[in-house]
Amino acid sequence: MSKLRPSHEKKREVRFSEWMDGSVDPYLGNLELKPQELQKESRQQFEERIRDYAQLNADLYDTEKNKGVKAFNLIYKISSVIWILLLIGVMLLTVSYLPPNGGADNPANNEVTERYIEKGLQETGAVNIVTGMILDYRAFDTFGESNVLFIATITVLILLRKNKKMHNEFDMKDDTDEEKYEPKSDSILQTVAKVLVPVILVFGIYVILNGHLGPGGGFSGGAIMGAGLILYCMTFGFEKTERFFTENTYKWVCFTALTVYCLSKAYSFYTGANGLHSHIPLGTPGAILSSGLIFVLNICVGMVVTCTMYTFYAMFRKGEF
Amino acid sequence: MAFYQNIPFFSIFLAMFSGTVSSVLPRKAARVLNTIVISLIMVASVFLTAILYEQGGSYTFMMGHFPAPWGNEIRAGALEAGMASFFCLIMLLSMLGGRKKLDEEVEETKHNLYYVLVNLLLSSLLAMVYTNDLFTAYVFVEINTIAACGLIMIRQIGRTIEAAVRYMILSLLGSGLFLVGLVILYDLTGHLLMSNIQESVKLIVANGEYTIPLLVTISLMSAGLAIKSALFPFHAWLPDAYGYSTVSSAALLSSLVSKGYIFLLIKIYYRVIGIDFIRSNKLVNVLFIFGLAGMIFGSLSAIKENDIRRMIAYSSVAQIGYIYMGIGLGTQDAMIASIYHILMHGATKSLLFISAIGLTDVSGCSRQFIQITGSGYRNKIAGVGFTVGALSMVGFPCFSGFISKLLFAQAALNNTAGKMLPTLIVLGISTILNAIYFMKTVLRIYTPVKDSEYPTWHIKDQKLYTVVIIAFVLCNLLLGLTSVFIEDWISRGLLSFG
Repeated sequence: MSKLRPSHEKKREVRFSEWMDGSVDPYLGNLELKPQELQKESRQQFEERIRDYAQLNADLYDTEKNKGVKAFNLIYKISSVIWILLLIGVMLLTVSYLPPNGGADNPANNEVTERYIEKGLQETGAVNIVTGMILDYRAFDTFGESNVLFIATITVLILLRKNKKMHNEFDMKDDTDEEKYEPKSDSILQTVAKVLVPVILVFGIYVILNGHLGPGGGFSGGAIMGAGLILYCMTFGFEKTERFFTENTYKWVCFTALTVYCLSKAYSFYTGANGLHSHIPLGTPGAILSSGLIFVLNICVGMVVTCTMYTFYAMFRKGEF
Repeated sequence: MAFYQNIPFFSIFLAMFSGTVSSVLPRKAARVLNTIVISLIMVASVFLTAILYEQGGSYTFMMGHFPAPWGNEIRAGALEAGMASFFCLIMLLSMLGGRKKLDEEVEETKHNLYYVLVNLLLSSLLAMVYTNDLFTAYVFVEINTIAACGLIMIRQIGRTIEAAVRYMILSLLGSGLFLVGLVILYDLTGHLLMSNIQESVKLIVANGEYTIPLLVTISLMSAGLAIKSALFPFHAWLPDAYGYSTVSSAALLSSLVSKGYIFLLIKIYYRVIGIDFIRSNKLVNVLFIFGLAGMIFGSLSAIKENDIRRMIAYSSVAQIGYIYMGIGLGTQDAMIASIYHILMHGATKSLLFISAIGLTDVSGCSRQFIQITGSGYRNKIAGVGFTVGALSMVGFPCFSGFISKLLFAQAALNNTAGKMLPTLIVLGISTILNAIYFMKTVLRIYTPVKDSEYPTWHIKDQKLYTVVIIAFVLCNLLLGLTSVFIEDWISRGLLSFG
């Protein structure tokens, strides 16, 4: 590169003064970047866009012959604005009648929250009261929530997973061009990811395992681990990820987590409702192996959330694992 | 605690667990599991209904080691248990009847996912029926919504994807309104447990302190659940969702999903807000008017339709209108009529969908009326099924539709003149409109065609389908002929409800 330059341009002083003036972009010609151009829509493109829009409307609605449709569209727009304003008004009015935010005499400060706060540690064995509440007092709701995540992944699988045998009208031609789904290998991203991904995953595991002792829990930890997996997949491609995470991994991890949750909670609910003695020890509050089932359930929820996050990414990106 | 009291808990958990297990099973095993689970839960629920009907009253079941306001709780009475058994019965028959079509229309590797959806849908319906906690109800409403969306789009053609998107948008709007209502109610009362909320609401009404937010809450919840169950002006998602999805899904959506939400609404009126307060304020009148409008406009759209599946779907709009009209009338009799109509519509609409698919199959899979001419002769059992369904919808004596129309008319007669006249007039008009489009279809399928190009299907080729249609017809007759007993069961159930 230096051979191309005349000798006086190589001098430090010259380059320094050029840098000071800003007369030369130091990156230009040294990196494989092209100078960015402002995106400009030419007159012709603009007209084309307007014409397409008009064409679309004309194809959909025959406003020439059917004046009613035109009138309806107008009335529809006006009335929707009026409705929304009305609803906003009603909601604001409602808020003004509600109990003041944070007031000590609010109806929400009753015996329910009192017991959660005062006896939560003793009854559930979890230092983190929120975890104790969602995974012990109201574990049934949380089981429902993990099933919401599970069924959401199932629905995404139904919608986006590539059909192996029967072709529907959407995959007209066999899409064998795998390359375009694969991320480009980028050395900056790879170097950073090599450092970051293990840290993110370990932090995620920490948040999940520590859920009953401090801030965190299955949902947040699972989200962190999912983000780590997505970063790994974005950087190194599906081929590398497939070595440890395939469709079968997803299936069996989710199955195991939900089964453990379901069976352990079924046992706990059954003994609780029938007044039987439950054989699950609460342990010493504050120790890592404590708080009875909460520790196990946190891991289950974390596994489900991780799988959900990664599956969403894989499905939207490629349509298979 | 007697062992039978565990049945609701076991039913919900069995349905959820089978959903999880189905995700790793091959398709045939998932199918068998699905059938077994639904049948088991049905038998158990019928048993529970019998016991609770004899005993009267209801009981609560603690979900965990902590009593009610702290932990979760479910509650069972005769009405809830009976509803659960009814839902299971219709689901079982719909799944069996649509099995062949499912094999044709849905990609084979996705079959087990379909059973995951159905099992979780069942669990959410059961939880919505049994729950005694408003937030648990919301969680299972979410499961129900997503499952229904998956059921629509598992048959991947353009129309179903579009229908699923519409369904998702409107249904999420409904869930959102319901959630906002729930949050305001929690702010006012500080409770999520239904019985505790009711006590606080009584205090609020007595003090007159938070009346306006309370009214807003009731309207938000009603509007949310009305949107989700396709009450008249919010029915835009319905025709394509029912008309183009695979037939089991259409039957499940029309007879169970929307009914689950209506049952939840009734439950909220009785157990959360208190039916006396609902009756004393005029909010139900809005539901009454929309119900009446739905009865007329749903039928008018059905008359214009040239596609048999979409016609049946539009007829659902009219029938949902009947149910909301009954809720809007605001008396105990009208509520009994509405709940009876839920049963009647569930049993009849799924019969219509399942038999319509038999008719279109022998007409080159076309749904246009010109092609299905004479199909009643080509597929005899489907023709019989469709005729029975149509007669029941129109209100022919002996069938369940007749009784529900009778109950509505009786309830209207005992009401004030302001509500009696519109109800009776619209009931009359709607019945005539029903007769126009259903009888037209029946005449069409029994108009003989010479030298038809389409094949004839015999009963021996489709044994399972025949059994399902006969079971549906029997179910319809049973509802119609034992209506005195069913009315008695509903009124007893409602007594222990409030």
